[in-house]
Amino acid sequence: MSTVQETFATTKSPSTELPAGKSNALGRNLSLLILLVMLVVPLFVRNFVIFQITMVLIYGIAVLALNILTGGSGQFSLGQSAFYALGAYTSGILMEHLGVNYALTLPVAGMVCFAAGFLFGFPALRLSGIYLALATFALAVAMPQLLKLGIFEHWTGGVQGLVVTKPDAPFDLPISQDAWLYYFTLAVTLVIYITSIFLLKSRSGRAMMAIRDNEIAASAMGVDVSLYKTLAFGISAGITGIAGGLGAIAVQFVAPDSYTIQLAIALFLGMVVGGVGWLPGSFAGAAFIVFVPNLAEEISKGLSGAFFGVLLLVVIYLVPHGAKQVATFAESLIDKLRKT
Amino acid sequence: MGSRPAQQFADPFHVIAPTGYAVMQAQVAQGTATAAAPLLTVRDVSVVFGGITALNGVSFDMQKGQVLALIGPNGAGKTTLFNCLSRLYQPSAGDILMDGVSILTRPPHRISEIGIGRTFQNVALFPNLSVLDNARVGAHSHTNSDIISDSLRLPRSRSVEVAINKKVLRILDYLELTHLAHTNVAGLPFGTQKRVELARALATDPTILLLDEPAGGLNHEEVYVLGDLVKRIRDERHITVLLVEHHMGMVMKIADHIVVLNFGRKLAEGTPKQIQNDPEVLKAYLGDTAK
Ligand SMILES: Nc1ncnc2c1ncn2[C@@H]1O[C@H](COP(=O)(O)OP(=O)(O)OP(=O)(O)O)[C@@H](O)[C@H]1O
Ligand SMILES: [Mg+2]
Repeated sequence: MSTVQETFATTKSPSTELPAGKSNALGRNLSLLILLVMLVVPLFVRNFVIFQITMVLIYGIAVLALNILTGGSGQFSLGQSAFYALGAYTSGILMEHLGVNYALTLPVAGMVCFAAGFLFGFPALRLSGIYLALATFALAVAMPQLLKLGIFEHWTGGVQGLVVTKPDAPFDLPISQDAWLYYFTLAVTLVIYITSIFLLKSRSGRAMMAIRDNEIAASAMGVDVSLYKTLAFGISAGITGIAGGLGAIAVQFVAPDSYTIQLAIALFLGMVVGGVGWLPGSFAGAAFIVFVPNLAEEISKGLSGAFFGVLLLVVIYLVPHGAKQVATFAESLIDKLRKT
Repeated sequence: MGSRPAQQFADPFHVIAPTGYAVMQAQVAQGTATAAAPLLTVRDVSVVFGGITALNGVSFDMQKGQVLALIGPNGAGKTTLFNCLSRLYQPSAGDILMDGVSILTRPPHRISEIGIGRTFQNVALFPNLSVLDNARVGAHSHTNSDIISDSLRLPRSRSVEVAINKKVLRILDYLELTHLAHTNVAGLPFGTQKRVELARALATDPTILLLDEPAGGLNHEEVYVLGDLVKRIRDERHITVLLVEHHMGMVMKIADHIVVLNFGRKLAEGTPKQIQNDPEVLKAYLGDTAK
């Protein structure tokens, strides 16, 4: 019972102590500039780089989903890889077994994962903080094994997994498969990014953030804490599922061991590096988890893991609030320059 | 306790004589007490924590339009009673009725919709949200939206947002918080945070407003202003106020009716004047040395 009194007295966990900032989005001009750069980038880089940037967007969506859960509603998850896998397999199975168009598999993957996340959210309601992290961890560990089970083998391809066909550009557009997939992913990313920002700036989003900041006060204001916590889980899982589906299409392959706990940890890292609760940071975080391991590998093949760890520590030490902090700093710098 | 200056024994409440208006209000409230049904009835409520009996068969009625003060020494059970009204604690016995209907079947998040709004003793704002957003959350219970229309910003969601903003901006204006609307609450001075909490509570459209030590941590002038504000809220917004407060000057000035708790029991009940002269109350406040 004494938790009630503690909640009155203390403000919450460190993850929610964001540096002061007015919004969880970028300014309009900067957003448009970034969009413009994103639109022309494929014209100037090799196909492999286009593929890498596509993966940044896909992981960015998954990190954003985690950000809605943790930054938005204050719940932790180390199990996002499970929802990512579920989305990937949903898309893969629909495309390869049932011949469904790749674009149409994404909403289905999203809905399947929303349902799964919402249902998982119910037992998760009884857990908080580190216990919730442990429960989601268990989910992430169990998922690859479930996918290998013999009874699903006809659909999942068992240990071998499924090969997914890469889509061609429609309307005979004169662009490579990689470039087309990039633009397709960019469009999906935009829709998810904008709707997520709308959500967080709405009555529902405020209810979630209120829960994150103070559950008891939120419920005294009429916020149904259980409902919004499970909804946050559902939304987060649904968006992660869409990322998983996109990932399956981009990588052209789904297999149980692509979706281990390592993926979940990578997404968690991406969120921390990008800044918890700041949606644009999700993509900076995703860039970190896509490119920095390569960088570490270039420094030393044998010790790439160690170098990755060192780089991560440096980032966390220098900018504990991640990309959000860098952006806030840059903003104030520009303000100063304008004034002088 | 025994070494306090004699001056304070003579005047333990730092009493300020009730103004003519307050006396009149009290009489009006008392007049209706016999005529109209009470707005809120607390009936034989008991709360037990492990071995501690925080509330022990407490009963009182609250009339519409009253400022009812709930006073008593530290640990008397005042906040515990508030938490029963918010459904954060479940009474082990007794009932709480609003307009004759028990509220004890409601979950905590369905209390604000029947018109019970509150502030917290130690300020329980949403520290990472702005003043405006804190107040907007207050408007949650009497608005409706769903995640689909909110994510797509459909007209339905937009009109809800317009309605919320209209109400909330007016309240911020009423409490002179407009200039802080976009400031995060975490860095604000304590007194301002209390005002933001009041704004958030008003945004729930309360019939009954529960204020848990609103004057705590405020300086002399702020307390004075707050007293006026509470009365204005009652008179202008027609809100019934249940006030927990240690600042006796403020209580005696604005309360129509006072209920005194001590060790979880109701010790006395009456007008400020009656309470000031009640020997039992004096004893509870001053300890046995007052005999
Ligand atoms: N959640 C809880 N768990 C255990 N004991 C509690 C709890 N809440 C209150 N109590 C106990 O119940 C008694 C009444 O506490 P309460 O907070 O209601 O007092 P109060 O009248 O509000 O005092 P104050 O003027 O200091 O705020 C105290 O003995 C307190 O320790
Ligand atoms: Mg108290």
